[in-house]
Amino acid sequence: MKYQSQAVAKPYFIAAIGLFVGQILFGLILGMQYVWGDFMFPEIPFNVARMVHTNLLIVWLLFGFMGAAYYLVPEEAERELQSPFLAWALFWIFLIAGALTVLGYLLVPYAQLADITMNDLLPTMGREFLEQPTITKVGIVIVALGFLYNIGVTILAGRKTVVSLVLLTGLVGLAVFFLFAFYNPTNVVDDKYYWWWVVHLWVEGVWELIMGAILAYVLIKVTGVDREVIEKWLYVIIAMTLITGIIGTGHHYYWIGTPDYWQWWGSIFSAMEPIPFFMMTVFAFNMVNRRRREHPNKATVLWALGTAVMAFLGAGVWGFLHTLAPINYYTHGSQVTAAHGHMAFYGAYVMIVLTIISYAMPILRGQEASDPRSQVLEMWSFWLMTVSMVFITLFLTGAGVLQVWLQRYTEDPQPFMVVQEKIEMFYWLRELAGAVFLIGLIVYVISFFVKGGERVTIGSSDTA
Amino acid sequence: MKKQDLPGDFAIWIFIFAELLVFGIFFLAYAFARAANVELFNEYQQHLDRESGAINTVVLITSSFFVVLAVNAIRHNAAQLCARWIGLAVLLGGVFVYLKLLEFGSKYADGITLSTNTFYMFYLSLTFFHFMHVLMGMVILTVVAVKAWQGAYSAETHTGVETGASYWHMVDLVWIVLFPLVYVMH
Repeated sequence: MKYQSQAVAKPYFIAAIGLFVGQILFGLILGMQYVWGDFMFPEIPFNVARMVHTNLLIVWLLFGFMGAAYYLVPEEAERELQSPFLAWALFWIFLIAGALTVLGYLLVPYAQLADITMNDLLPTMGREFLEQPTITKVGIVIVALGFLYNIGVTILAGRKTVVSLVLLTGLVGLAVFFLFAFYNPTNVVDDKYYWWWVVHLWVEGVWELIMGAILAYVLIKVTGVDREVIEKWLYVIIAMTLITGIIGTGHHYYWIGTPDYWQWWGSIFSAMEPIPFFMMTVFAFNMVNRRRREHPNKATVLWALGTAVMAFLGAGVWGFLHTLAPINYYTHGSQVTAAHGHMAFYGAYVMIVLTIISYAMPILRGQEASDPRSQVLEMWSFWLMTVSMVFITLFLTGAGVLQVWLQRYTEDPQPFMVVQEKIEMFYWLRELAGAVFLIGLIVYVISFFVKGGERVTIGSSDTA
Repeated sequence: MKKQDLPGDFAIWIFIFAELLVFGIFFLAYAFARAANVELFNEYQQHLDRESGAINTVVLITSSFFVVLAVNAIRHNAAQLCARWIGLAVLLGGVFVYLKLLEFGSKYADGITLSTNTFYMFYLSLTFFHFMHVLMGMVILTVVAVKAWQGAYSAETHTGVETGASYWHMVDLVWIVLFPLVYVMH
């Protein structure tokens, strides 16, 4: 660790992993409820479990992004973080607010939660992924502002690199688009229209900048390839991301009451969205092949290559599957969407956070890289989680294709629940794959507590 | 000595190919949509301002030629001349923008929007998307011209000039396909 203040990244990473475990447990509950409708009812109804599953995902990824920023920004800016104290304070505020919100979801009925938190003063609750009480949303904005101040001042007063500026742009975008969570028009078309400004412009816009910046940073560190080369790639990738992703929002505007031209605009631009992800894959493999050093942290290199490949498959290929309007006409809101959602989030955002944790955590704990036995376990967890996620995606895709075939793309459409029964087999298989994912995650957590093993060291040992 | 590299920065070429791909797919979509509505497309194509489009074609090709002269100038170490040629190219870009705005203005006055019909949807989308690229190209060329004027380039190192020139040629090339496709061919 070059700068003392980088240490504040550690609690963020630990919280991220803890919440990740929670997210997966709720995922398993949900998966079970698909095949056993009243599993854990009335304690944890499906809608509540789903809310916790998705909200925990977003919150832990945000913890991961913030941890990543606190870790890499001082090193890029070549100065200590503006205020480590503020980073610590915001950590506890965010963690406690997040925990209280999840407890609220679990302990009181949603409508009552809305009453308690005085949602009627500024109604923002009740929209998918943005279910948080208004007061929590205000808290998120405060945390985001404090965080951006801390990171922004550190970057602007220090060395400005392409990596840190792209990261900052992504983080500012993240905060700005979240503000649309407060805009709650009564017209349902407007409502959905702007809701996507948070949801789509996050994951298919500014989050990709964050991902690109973190990936570029880790590749600079583990491969020793010239910064200039990596920065050039980063520029091209983010340019393509923005060209395709911004107007690509149109692929959500096909059937919600917006004008027809969105079917063309959305189809054409979002069809290109795989390009930046493909570039990221080519970029990652290229840099690793041209590496000038053998970094002792093999696990990080595996995660970095893995995230590039899985993001391309999950976000790029599985997104493309149903992005064209004539196809989406039949597939929207089916299990095809769920398949895409799972692999895209895992491949792009879960894995990029695990990449930076894999790189930074050993250094934060005083080693250049974890002990070999620990790395072996970590790589096992990589394969267990990644392969089981591939299977979750394939099973959901199977379920989705069958669902579309029986329920929509047919002369003789069958009712929703009848079809759900026919695709039950896929849900069981998905749950099984989900259980393997949990095992992978447990192995991952254990890997932090394992020591020893023989290290075969090649090359230098500087942590730069 | 390896064989002749692409002029300009390699990254701009990735960018240019990606841009051409976007336009290419847009043109393909136009072709498919037209095939399904040939009469509609032929009818409304008659309402476009072909004269303005033709003038703009000449304007863009001329400005591309000026950019060629600029690259030639810097290869002979004539930095100020290079900056002047680019300046003229930007000026012609401005003429294109002005004529295009008149054209958009008259369509707007006629109450035509993206939702009028499929032909106008494509006409407005394609020309506007290209219009934005002209603006982008003008920004790039302006930066290059200023740097050239300040002496940032020489006969040996002028990647920046070639990079800007390559992008501008791409903008020109797209228009050379777009104009006949949308305004003329029926």
